[in-house]
Amino acid sequence: MALVSPDNRGLRLVTRYAVLILVAVIFVFPLLFMGVSSLKPDQQLLSDTNSLRAFLPVGDISFDNYSDAFQRAPIGVFVLNSVLVTGVTVLLTLFVCSLAAFSFVFLDWKGRDVIFTILLATLIIPYETIFIPLLLMASQLPWIGGGGIEFGWLNTYRVQIIPFIADGLSIFLFVQYFKDLPRELIEASRVEGASWWMIYRKVVLPLSGPVIATAAILKFLFMYNQYLWPLMVVQAEEIRPVMVGLGYFTDQLNVPWGEVMAYLTIITVPVLAFYLSLQRVFIASVASTGVKG
Amino acid sequence: MRLGVTLASLFAVSVAGAATAQTELSLWYHGAGSANAEEALVNQLVEEFNASQSDWKVLIETFPQLAYNDAVGAAALAGELPDILDVDGPVMPNWAWANYMQPLGIDEAKLEGYLPGPIGRWNGEVYSVGLWDAAVALTTRRSTLEKYDIRVPTLDAPWSLEEFNSALETISASGDFEYPLDLGMAWKGEWYPYAFSPLLQSFGGDIVDRTTYQTAEGVLNGDAALAFGEWWQGLFANNYVPGTSQDAADRETGLLEGQYAMSWNGNWAALPVVEAFGDDALFLPAPDFGNGSTIGAASWQFGVSATSEHPEGARAFIEFALQDKWFTAFSDGTGLIPVTATAAADTANYAPGGPLEVFYDLSEAQALVRPVTPGYIVQAKVFEKALSDIANGADVADTLDAAVDEINEDIESNSGYGH
Repeated sequence: MALVSPDNRGLRLVTRYAVLILVAVIFVFPLLFMGVSSLKPDQQLLSDTNSLRAFLPVGDISFDNYSDAFQRAPIGVFVLNSVLVTGVTVLLTLFVCSLAAFSFVFLDWKGRDVIFTILLATLIIPYETIFIPLLLMASQLPWIGGGGIEFGWLNTYRVQIIPFIADGLSIFLFVQYFKDLPRELIEASRVEGASWWMIYRKVVLPLSGPVIATAAILKFLFMYNQYLWPLMVVQAEEIRPVMVGLGYFTDQLNVPWGEVMAYLTIITVPVLAFYLSLQRVFIASVASTGVKG
Repeated sequence: MRLGVTLASLFAVSVAGAATAQTELSLWYHGAGSANAEEALVNQLVEEFNASQSDWKVLIETFPQLAYNDAVGAAALAGELPDILDVDGPVMPNWAWANYMQPLGIDEAKLEGYLPGPIGRWNGEVYSVGLWDAAVALTTRRSTLEKYDIRVPTLDAPWSLEEFNSALETISASGDFEYPLDLGMAWKGEWYPYAFSPLLQSFGGDIVDRTTYQTAEGVLNGDAALAFGEWWQGLFANNYVPGTSQDAADRETGLLEGQYAMSWNGNWAALPVVEAFGDDALFLPAPDFGNGSTIGAASWQFGVSATSEHPEGARAFIEFALQDKWFTAFSDGTGLIPVTATAAADTANYAPGGPLEVFYDLSEAQALVRPVTPGYIVQAKVFEKALSDIANGADVADTLDAAVDEINEDIESNSGYGH
């Protein structure tokens, strides 16, 4: 058995911290670059990219890019739209997908395994490949509105939300997590006369914090970063999300980089806030399920 | 009695309301977020049209330019196109061919006296009309040319290839500038075919054979195109121009700050040059490399969608926009070129003696629209990649042959694009 001397321990500690700092730098520097660049005029921003000054708030620093960005695009509207669409979709996804997973794991019904296999197969289909048929369907679907039945979902919030509520990945995550829950708890609850709904609500969900956090973060990122779908189905500016709004900052020839960085900084805030709020449970989930975010 | 009066009043009000109700027309505009006055002027145009008559009410929806063409494509698929579209001139044939648009159906006599670029024709019919055009010129200073004893070219006597090369060599040898010429390589996308295909055309080549639009063979890889390609590569190999990694900020200010002696740039960038150099500013015609001098033409235009239920309303709006007062307003607001001489005479910049008058003359004398074919949207990207690769040292003949193959395959796979 090899002995670890105090010197070796110190060296290991230094090495470990050096690696961790390096990894942290790799992840933090792009954000730092974005935030710092948002405070610089374009010419300085571009010339600073040749040196470490790119990461430092030096030179001609101001919030002009932010005020210009707000003048160029209704940023508040875009952020609110994205938060609304993303928030509602995440909540509905958690509810629908966890219920589906509950059914796959705890209920015994005919064709369950076949359906689950088909569901898993959908994971290998890129969303982009189904966008055109989805667009055609969405343009014809009925909806009951204030004026009775109307056809066509385009240019609405619902067309940005409903197609993304149920997804194979979220159901798969819940299924994997539910399978590891102690069966005795479920069986004991059944013996006590609890309904399936009560078991779902009172037993399974309270034990599912980590997988709920994981599914929520993954879905949040997917929805918040949506570009192609809302670009195709939304024409009205007042319901446009943030990623389509990024297009306001480029024209045929010029890109106002400072304003772009200001815009990116603003729209990154909700993502960071959401992630940080769920960080602890997310890490617990990663540790327990091996899921990577 | 009282009930009868009330009912009669209600009936009268409803009839009056119906009589004055305007039919709504949708208009999609690509310039959301544009920092200039164009968007505000389009809104003003819509407001004045709506107030000018009682039949139609145009409702405008703005899109960021980056997303606009994709949004139109998706809407066409879903059958949700607006009544009025704005369309980039060289893209129009594709949209007409794909049945996104219908012929404008306006009296062409109304378009007499227009610059050639702003009139969008496809298959012999007018599909779109623009309220402005753009032009490029070799921008420099008279004092710079005089210092190196270089002749000032004119529209009637532009530089020849030898004169142009000699000017670049002389200025480069002086060591006074970082580069003698700035081509704007920091700009990508449509800038390449718009700004550089006229240089190829001046050599005698082209992006595609315009006689049939069925092949690029012989025009994009023939002797003239090969000569152009070698010359193009030489500009970069001899350090006469900044390469494809040019800093966007240098593109903006390089000429003004003395990094470059000349700049190949558009009229939209001309006013700062006039402000900086005053009477010393020069806007020169494109050189004649043996097959005449040409510059690009056609900017954004208005057209009617194929699915519009009210083409007569859409037409009424476009005809309302085709007035000198709007050409003048857009020109004064955005710096772009008005489409008629009479409108130009009323503008601040393009009137006789105005600082940008020369651009109107350039547009009138040298403008050549990009290939009028639905395949242009693919050909433009192929052309951009080929020129970029050649600038970065790729073999000229191989690169142009590959570009020709790609363009021809695309034409074939689209059954000739309806030509």
